[in-house]
Amino acid sequence: MYNGGKIIVGLVVFIALFAFPFYYNIGKAMEKPEPKTDTPAILQWEKEHGKKECVESKEFMRSEHMQLLNDWRDSVVRNGDRIYTNAAGKQFTMSLQNTCMNCHSNKKEFCDKCHNYMAVKPYCWGCHIQPKENKS
Amino acid sequence: MKIVFPFFAVIALVLLAFAGVKVANLQFLFGVIIPYVAAATFIIGFVIRVLKWGRSPVPFSIPTTAGQQKSLPWIKQNKLDNPSGTMGVIGRMALEVLFFRSLFRNTKTELHEGPRLAYGSEKFLWLAGLAFHWSFLIIFVRHFRFFMGQVPAAIQMIEGVDSFFQIGAPLLYMTDVVLLAAVSYLIFRRLAMPLIKYISLPADYFPLFLIFGLGASGVIMRYFAKVHIVGVKQLVMGLISFSPVIPEGIGVVFYIHLFLLSILLIYFPMSKLMHMGGVFLSPTRNMPNNSREVRHINPWNYPVHVHTYEEYENDFRDKMKKAGLPVEKE
Amino acid sequence: MATKVTTPKPAELAESIKLIPPKTEWMDTPTEIKPGTFCWGAKGKNLGIVEFPNARDWNPSEEDWKLPENWQEIFLKGMKDLLGKYRSFQVFMDICVRCGACADKCHFFIGSGDPKNMPVLRAELLRSVYRNDFTTAGKLLGKLAGGRKLTIDVLKEIWYYLYQCTECRRCSLFCPYGIDTAEITMMGRELMNLLGLNTDWISGPVANCYMKGNHLGLEPHAIMNSIEGMIDDIETITGIRVNPSFNRKGAEILFVTPSGDLFADPGTFTCMGYLMLFHELGIDYTWSTYASEGGNFGFFTSNEMAKRLNSKIYAEAKRLGVKYIIGGECGHMWRVLTQYMDTWNGPADFLDVPVSPITGTRFENAKSTKMIHVTEFTADLIKNGKLKLDPSRNNDLIVTYHDSCNTARGMGLLEEPRYILRNVVNNFHEMPDNTIREQTFCCGSGTGLNASENMELRMRGGLPRANAVKFVKEKHGVNMLANICAIDRATLSASMDYWVPGVRVTGVHELVANALIMKGEKERETNLRGDPLPGKEGN
Repeated sequence: MYNGGKIIVGLVVFIALFAFPFYYNIGKAMEKPEPKTDTPAILQWEKEHGKKECVESKEFMRSEHMQLLNDWRDSVVRNGDRIYTNAAGKQFTMSLQNTCMNCHSNKKEFCDKCHNYMAVKPYCWGCHIQPKENKS
Repeated sequence: MKIVFPFFAVIALVLLAFAGVKVANLQFLFGVIIPYVAAATFIIGFVIRVLKWGRSPVPFSIPTTAGQQKSLPWIKQNKLDNPSGTMGVIGRMALEVLFFRSLFRNTKTELHEGPRLAYGSEKFLWLAGLAFHWSFLIIFVRHFRFFMGQVPAAIQMIEGVDSFFQIGAPLLYMTDVVLLAAVSYLIFRRLAMPLIKYISLPADYFPLFLIFGLGASGVIMRYFAKVHIVGVKQLVMGLISFSPVIPEGIGVVFYIHLFLLSILLIYFPMSKLMHMGGVFLSPTRNMPNNSREVRHINPWNYPVHVHTYEEYENDFRDKMKKAGLPVEKE
Repeated sequence: MATKVTTPKPAELAESIKLIPPKTEWMDTPTEIKPGTFCWGAKGKNLGIVEFPNARDWNPSEEDWKLPENWQEIFLKGMKDLLGKYRSFQVFMDICVRCGACADKCHFFIGSGDPKNMPVLRAELLRSVYRNDFTTAGKLLGKLAGGRKLTIDVLKEIWYYLYQCTECRRCSLFCPYGIDTAEITMMGRELMNLLGLNTDWISGPVANCYMKGNHLGLEPHAIMNSIEGMIDDIETITGIRVNPSFNRKGAEILFVTPSGDLFADPGTFTCMGYLMLFHELGIDYTWSTYASEGGNFGFFTSNEMAKRLNSKIYAEAKRLGVKYIIGGECGHMWRVLTQYMDTWNGPADFLDVPVSPITGTRFENAKSTKMIHVTEFTADLIKNGKLKLDPSRNNDLIVTYHDSCNTARGMGLLEEPRYILRNVVNNFHEMPDNTIREQTFCCGSGTGLNASENMELRMRGGLPRANAVKFVKEKHGVNMLANICAIDRATLSASMDYWVPGVRVTGVHELVANALIMKGEKERETNLRGDPLPGKEGN
């Protein structure tokens, strides 16, 4: 007794599962996300300061923004401390809505770009009110 | 030796990836070529190994029966531990593959003065094994968010459940903790239990260290030395669409992680890790105990030289007649 | 060969068990072939009778095993052949993860503390050779990949430990992949037989069984004499003269039992039980002197040898023109009948599906092999109220039940004998859960290890079973160990005397016959053993 049929079926299922990503994405080419930093507030900032800048460097923000926001929340909500001093010694008010979203008023074109790409669902908006542009 | 060698082998692999990317800038080798080679080796090697098993037949029906057989109608059969039909076998195999039924039986034998033997329940190996395999599976499934353009709701749901406690940012996955804890226990028991240490080979330590390294590098890049995750997905999507790209600034930990995974995939088909496929082909588990009811066929059954009744009677005819036994030939 | 081997006293033996492995790695720890733990080598004459290769006299304790020049080649070629013939062997060589779940499940390990008796390590002895010669990793990396060259010392070590395994499959029960050491031992012994490395205690019975129809080498008239003696005893006890037939054509049923039951106490009492039961039922059955062995020592030799011996059962059933076969109480016999016979020597299309002539029950579970277990047959009788039983005749007995490895884990015959016991004795107590049913412990002497020169090994292997009996002896006063295996009846008697003196051993059908009220019997004064029945002690 070889049970050849069952073994082949098993192998086909195995290959189908492991090769799944290879054929699942065919014809569903996905653009590399390009978060937009061209809101009026940012352009204004660039005009005034000669460059675009955030509270920390772009590289730092790219990988650590979630940690930063988490720290901000803890600092504000639990300690009532609203002042953030960045690496360069500059101070900012810790506020998602008044600091972050003031510049990045384009949640759809900025936050959601990468979050959707990576299938990340931050729970910022569980408490905070989403910017109006999303309601349309 | 048998512990030190695999340990340093894994360390060396980590250093190799580190130096290859950080010093020699071989991102394309570590990010594209090796992963392709690994994936191909894994799939092809796995299939070849299973086909090799498949080429050997199962000449006899040899289930290990672990409960009451099907016999008289008023005796209750244990249909899962001693199945007599296909449904029972599927049930038995499902319990075995999904919940490690046999290992769940595990006991610990103690010899006391007297002598007096005692058998206690011993579930740690079962628990650690189950925790390890299930968390590995969930982590694997979770990784599909890197492999799919549109991430299905089901995978997002698994992630949601896995990070249910919303600890830290990014959210802590329970499976990350469970996997590392389980692997640590599995390493620990090989080192701490004298008998288990005695039977362990380098081939037992190597995959444990490797998987620990794989898990640890994953944890490090998620929680500590974070990498450019959008770049990671771009790289992965490039790989699976066969148009590889190396995005800038991903971070070396990712390459270490990917390299350890590649080594695991290459190592898999030639190692004991093939128990993943083998468990399905184990004749003591995947056969119904119905060999008295349905004849099992052995493809290489061949005629053998037997001592026939005729020869026997020839040897003993006189004695048989004298004893009053009937004979074929007078 | 006639060296006297002394067996240590129980206390000494127990004291010597250390479940701690040696300091050196197992591959670097040489194996010493110790007297008392191995069986004498096969005689060339016996291997010659069954046309085995490299037949010669040899002695395991001598340096020179008189192996053929190209023994390595033979062994490795044989291994390759078996890997191609048995998926079990191939898969079990590849997938063990050495988790150690099996380690303390083996009665030989528990009783000896020898780490090479852990099932995983027993398999690794052979697996290391497999890795070295059959896997790429092993060929390239050698020892680092767990490979080991097949040297003469490795061969001797493998041989030594293959004959310290009773193929009981207890380890297989706990293995997450169902790796069955019995399979590995069977393959290993098959390889050893290519080199003529069998034991005297196995090859002798095999040659006997091949030529004379049974392991004991009883010739036709001797079988009849032995049963005649039992018939006389039955008459003395019950006043009834049973009248069995032999080699009778046209009988409805052929009855086959292990020849141990024909020859030695306490098996003979079980045999008397069959004779009395079948007589009382008045069924149309016959014994055979040609197929006078249910057991199969060929099974401990090679697949082919087992098939050659087993072939007699169907051949005789066909010659005699019976409708179906009933098999007696035996362990490995029933592993063979359940999992091998039909495949080897079937289809038994010349027989009918067994139907009890008394109850009309059709044994659907044996509709292909056409062979039923005598406890299935008797349990059905009792359930249908066909037997008049007086269990109080067994009241002097406090009984526990030992599941044979093979009927438990190779068949699942668990409830049938228990049902019978509960109906024929009033005092029945189970041993602890981890030692019965599918978790049962081997008697310690199966697979042809029931010789006398390896008594120390047998007593070591018998410890877990004996210890469980001791437990119920102390707790419930158990004085009788019932079982359905001829080897058990012989070997448990020895291990009880050694570890738990005062407990005797019986087959289930001896107890049935004690309780059975036969039509026209005289008032019984004694049981089948001649012991006075309870209440008749004064007579």
